[in-house]
Amino acid sequence: MSDVHAQTVAYVRDTMLPEQSPPLTEKGAIKWLRENLFSGWFNTVLTLLSLLVIWYTLAAIGPWLLNSVWNAGSLSECRRILDGTSGACFAVINDRWHQLLFGFYPPALYWRPVLALVLLFVALAPVLFFALPRKMLIFSGLYPFVAYHLLWGGSVWLPISAVLGFVAGYVAFRLLSRISALVAVFGAVLAPVLWWIFAAGAFDSTMSSILPLGLDFVRSDRFGGFLISLVIGVTGISLSLPIGILLALGRQSDMVFVKSVCVIFIEFIRGVPLITLLFTASLLLNYFLPPGTSFDLILRVIIMVTLFASAYMAEVIRGGLAALPKGQYEAADALGLDYWKAQRLIIMPQALKISIPGIVNTFIGLFKDTTLVVFIGLLDPVGLSNAIRASTDWNGIYWELFIFIGALFFIFCFGISRYSMYLERKLKTDHK
Amino acid sequence: MKKSVFVGAFAASAFAAGFAQAQTLETVQERGEVNCGVSTGLAGFSAPDANGVWQGFDVAVCRAIAAAVLDDPMAVNFVPTTGQTRFSALASGEVDILSRNTTWTFSRDVDLRLTFVGTNYYDGQGFMVNRELGVSSATELDGATVCIQTGTTTELNLADYFRVNGMAYEPVPIETNAEAQQQYLAGSCDVYTTDVSGLAATRASFENPGDHVILPEVISKEPLGPAVRHGDDTWADIVQWTLFALIAAEELGITSANIDSLKEGTDNPEINRILGTEGDLGAMFGLDSDWAARAIAAGGNYGEIFSATIGDQTPIGLARGLNAQWTQGGLLYAPPFR
Repeated sequence: MSDVHAQTVAYVRDTMLPEQSPPLTEKGAIKWLRENLFSGWFNTVLTLLSLLVIWYTLAAIGPWLLNSVWNAGSLSECRRILDGTSGACFAVINDRWHQLLFGFYPPALYWRPVLALVLLFVALAPVLFFALPRKMLIFSGLYPFVAYHLLWGGSVWLPISAVLGFVAGYVAFRLLSRISALVAVFGAVLAPVLWWIFAAGAFDSTMSSILPLGLDFVRSDRFGGFLISLVIGVTGISLSLPIGILLALGRQSDMVFVKSVCVIFIEFIRGVPLITLLFTASLLLNYFLPPGTSFDLILRVIIMVTLFASAYMAEVIRGGLAALPKGQYEAADALGLDYWKAQRLIIMPQALKISIPGIVNTFIGLFKDTTLVVFIGLLDPVGLSNAIRASTDWNGIYWELFIFIGALFFIFCFGISRYSMYLERKLKTDHK
Repeated sequence: MKKSVFVGAFAASAFAAGFAQAQTLETVQERGEVNCGVSTGLAGFSAPDANGVWQGFDVAVCRAIAAAVLDDPMAVNFVPTTGQTRFSALASGEVDILSRNTTWTFSRDVDLRLTFVGTNYYDGQGFMVNRELGVSSATELDGATVCIQTGTTTELNLADYFRVNGMAYEPVPIETNAEAQQQYLAGSCDVYTTDVSGLAATRASFENPGDHVILPEVISKEPLGPAVRHGDDTWADIVQWTLFALIAAEELGITSANIDSLKEGTDNPEINRILGTEGDLGAMFGLDSDWAARAIAAGGNYGEIFSATIGDQTPIGLARGLNAQWTQGGLLYAPPFR
């Protein structure tokens, strides 16, 4: 063939050129920069502006952070050490970290909240990761009672008698289910209530007198700092999901009474700001409860926060239910599943999966909203930052406390958000 | 029918509440603890230290009362209250005393049904400016930007003062004292106004306190004192006379250092009556004769408490001023113990 070419063109290369490396502007870091940062005059301007902003921020904060003082007894001592240069005084964290984390919890008993936190992760593990043995769920079920006992202490027989109420309910359910399902459900509700009202107190006092076991009692007003945020947040989160599911189902129910109760509840709670509910918990309830009943403030707050989060959760889950095609409901009916089985096996797994981003959003929002308790005088981390600033040693300190508190909240919220992304990836079954 | 049931229940609970409130002393003694409402943190007046123990000038009043009633100055359960929750906490019985920098005003005393038992600190609203501005009197503040905490009486006082003096100002609303410090130091406002004690505490926390001056004008009266509920006069008397005992102790020279020797008997009958070696004043409101001696021993007399928490020797560095004894040109004046 080359003969043919030789007659038509003057020169034909008959060997391949060796491969050359791409031009400098088309490879490596320079290519990335060109494509991503300087791809046009507009992006170039934006890049330069951003660099300027970053530079100014670093120039302002960098030295301040680098000069941090970690060991000092007061702000004035910090200033003496810094000697006129700008620098952060993180000594306040060193001095008061235990208060920011535990509030006024007795220092000798710090192991109890720490252990409760560690066990929280143990209890959460089987719920969050399906690969773990299902037997671990038994511990998850018992965890609320263990945590209550660890945090508040008191007689060990009190949580045990509370657990026995559930055991009584289960036993009643198993015995009565031979008669009829409805009677069994009825018995399962009635038995624990009867136990708690009539037998639990007597059981508690008898066992306490026979075998006085227990931890030192710690009063709720000793709780504070991050401990209070976690107690309120974790309880609110774990209770709001099941209540929210029930409310969402109730709202879709055909039964007029159930439906209207759910709708009224959801719309009422959503129509009221959380701060109003907190004020109700702290102020209004005091007037209505008989004097002398010291209905624990933290408990009141937990109830209000849970109700608040449940209403939002219900709407998020209703969104998931609405997104399911009608065929899914019909398929469940066609299989002959009753209402609860259909919900449990077909509807909820799909609806909850769709709602994961919304659910996690509500969780994170709820967790951060716990800082609102500062307005009713509970000393959560933000409230304690005020109290710490009021001591003569640390009066005038500002950013250091907020940076520490922000970092704590970030760790938890970021953790929750990463887990939800893992869960979404894991449950992804779309056709791609 | 439904309505009447509700009203009846409400009246019953109100009656029960009134009944319980009439016996605060018994309730406190039974509980073994005084519930004391304090602020969530105010430099010098109430703040928890690194060990979680509350310290400060307002806190000391509660400790003295606990010492008088329960013989243990530490038997106090401090309930942090905010500006919004403080009066409800007292009215609902959550706290027995409110010792929280609360200004004694007509409407609080009458309309909110509180009983102010006295004044433990005479405060007033003042101004702080940067020395560089060269301002030496509040009358030169025409056209200034003023940092002011919203929702407080200071806001109203400020408006009144500028109106009376025919001056204009531009308010910069802020929420907390800590925020005010940041705004003021960053130059968002020329002037920061709040109670003079607060200004002094704030200025003491600055890196260069000398660069800022507190102007001489005090534009309002802020008598701060402990309050109790209306309707339990015995308890109000106990709180009131415990406060008077602290004030009288300073006047008569009873200190925490010499109280033990004075208790052995002196030639001054009033000291003897206060310390319970003569007469039996305590029995008149249901306490033993040692009540005042215990209250004074708890944290010292008024002067000792003042100098330990907010006085010259502390970083806050307040002068006695109006809060000196009447014999020293101040307003502190305890009625006679007899």
